[in-house]
Amino acid sequence: MNLQPTANTEAKSPLSLEISGISKSFGRFPALRNVSLQARDKEFLALLGPSGSGKTTLLRVLAGLERPDAGDVRFDGEDFLSIPVRHRRVGMVFQQYALFRHMSVAQNIAFGLTVRPRSVRPSKSEVADRVADLLCLVQLEGLGSRFPAQLSGGQRQRVALARALAIEPKMLLLDEPFGALDAKVRRELRRWLRDLHDRAGVTTVFVTHDQDEALDLADRVAILKDGELRQLGAPNDVYENPADPFVYDFLGAACRLPGIVEGGRLRVADWETKAETDAPQGRVEVYFRPNEVVLAPLDGAGLAGEVRAVAARGPDVRIECLIEGQIFELESRGPGIPAGVAPGLALRIKPLRPKVYAAQPRV
Amino acid sequence: MSPAARPISSVRLPGVAFALVAASAIVMAALVLLPLFVVFRDAFDKGIGKYLAAVSDPDAVSAMKLTLLVAGIAVPLNAIFGIAAAWCIAKFEFRGKGVLLTLIDLPFSMSPVVSGLVWVLLFGAQGWFGTWLIDHDIKIIFATTGLVLATILVTFPFVARELIPLMQDQGADEEAAALTLGASGFTTFWKITLPNIRWALLYGVLLCNARAMGEFGAVSVVSGHIRGLTTTLPLHVEVLYNDYDFVGAFATASLLASLGLVTLVLKTGLEWRHAGELAANRKH
Repeated sequence: MNLQPTANTEAKSPLSLEISGISKSFGRFPALRNVSLQARDKEFLALLGPSGSGKTTLLRVLAGLERPDAGDVRFDGEDFLSIPVRHRRVGMVFQQYALFRHMSVAQNIAFGLTVRPRSVRPSKSEVADRVADLLCLVQLEGLGSRFPAQLSGGQRQRVALARALAIEPKMLLLDEPFGALDAKVRRELRRWLRDLHDRAGVTTVFVTHDQDEALDLADRVAILKDGELRQLGAPNDVYENPADPFVYDFLGAACRLPGIVEGGRLRVADWETKAETDAPQGRVEVYFRPNEVVLAPLDGAGLAGEVRAVAARGPDVRIECLIEGQIFELESRGPGIPAGVAPGLALRIKPLRPKVYAAQPRV
Repeated sequence: MSPAARPISSVRLPGVAFALVAASAIVMAALVLLPLFVVFRDAFDKGIGKYLAAVSDPDAVSAMKLTLLVAGIAVPLNAIFGIAAAWCIAKFEFRGKGVLLTLIDLPFSMSPVVSGLVWVLLFGAQGWFGTWLIDHDIKIIFATTGLVLATILVTFPFVARELIPLMQDQGADEEAAALTLGASGFTTFWKITLPNIRWALLYGVLLCNARAMGEFGAVSVVSGHIRGLTTTLPLHVEVLYNDYDFVGAFATASLLASLGLVTLVLKTGLEWRHAGELAANRKH
């Protein structure tokens, strides 16, 4: 097994999965519109989007459970769409795990091996060994004789993963792998899953609606909305440079104000700063993160604002500010409320990295 | 809190619960237990010897055999049909699904006499295919085939109705998982779908069988009441009764009643052991 993290070798690995121009409609509802993206060998790719964005449909197309209306999927150069589900050798973990409820954990994991044609089916002892290895891998030693109903959510998820890995898949597909788990278990399983992926060295595509999860886990993130691919890139790239307001908004808390770009300068209300050279001209929407601001006294630079409320919230401090007639919830690193900040204080707020998008025509 | 959301236990109407329970107990006793008691009492009225003679009469035995044969053909066919119908309704989206669902329910809402009569209209001597059948010397009406057809028509909703809600509830994810793991369609059906519905299937088959063996109206139309040839047990009861052979009629009826009691015990056992997998215990 390859113990090297794949992230380091990512740039060199060849493309393994190539999706081009995939469209799929359910009746009149277009679930996917002309989606194209690629994944490199052993890459961990996240499909991120709100519900109804088509991410699960895309995953099911990759598994062979849905047929696209148009487009092409190639895997290692092979025409993937012409291969029936059962011969694709993709390991899929379903959102609700879809464990076989009438089979024990061991039988679940062994299923993919025992249904092979007789000529390529491993012997009973080989199957037993493989199941034992996988149980060990997913840290469920000794639970082989349990039934799915007797397991916790986290354990079920790991059984589903072991079952998918048993067939030595060419690609691993995970549909909201943490969706049904509580917050603490989610975090633990996240790192564990990433480690497992790095050790198994399988190209993995996972679907999530949780931007934290996608940014934390994936080598690259594909952001979908309404069946369209909005942006594809490394977590840091998409977070730092969201392609459009939707992506900006989706990846984290966002503050928005109207502004104008003219002659290389960006003007937002009474604050003026240098505009980026590639910024759109004229009327724009200015976005900034509520935690990426500097609070300055009234004679400093920034947007004029007035503090409405201050509250410490765990590691952060929430400062409710009135700026240009809108209330914004800004965040500042705690612990402790910055000296002098209290309701009624007039101050200036300077966004550190304002991001500028052309103003959308009003509907 | 709205009145509807209040727990039931908070409603206290003194005496009402007792009165309702007592009333239903009396009605049950009068309408169910008493007749059941009478059946067995009259069957053994002239002693056990007469009872045994009545149930081992050649006509009674052939009625028993015919009933078993008809049920033995109709029930497996309806089980297969029920699984197929439930499968396509629960796991696929298609046009005309609503129509199919309504058609499955049709025998429930239609008088069994009509279910028998349609076969006479099709295959009887004056029916659409009557002349052709006579020319080719094929007998459907007043023969076992007709009895089987009538029974199938009357009993076909039982298995499908039981399986549809369960299969809809289970969804198709397990089947999809089996396919991605390399199983063929047949293996998936055999190893995943069927085990998941086994208890509900058994339950449906049980009800279907009880109805198939007890059916009177539909088979009465197509039977022709030829003693020893086309009389099933329920028809045999009627024949004997009309002949004023009360011991024989009640003895035969006691066999049917016993079948009902056995079905009831098995049904209760299934409901008790596998409640979660039976549609009867679900909200529709």
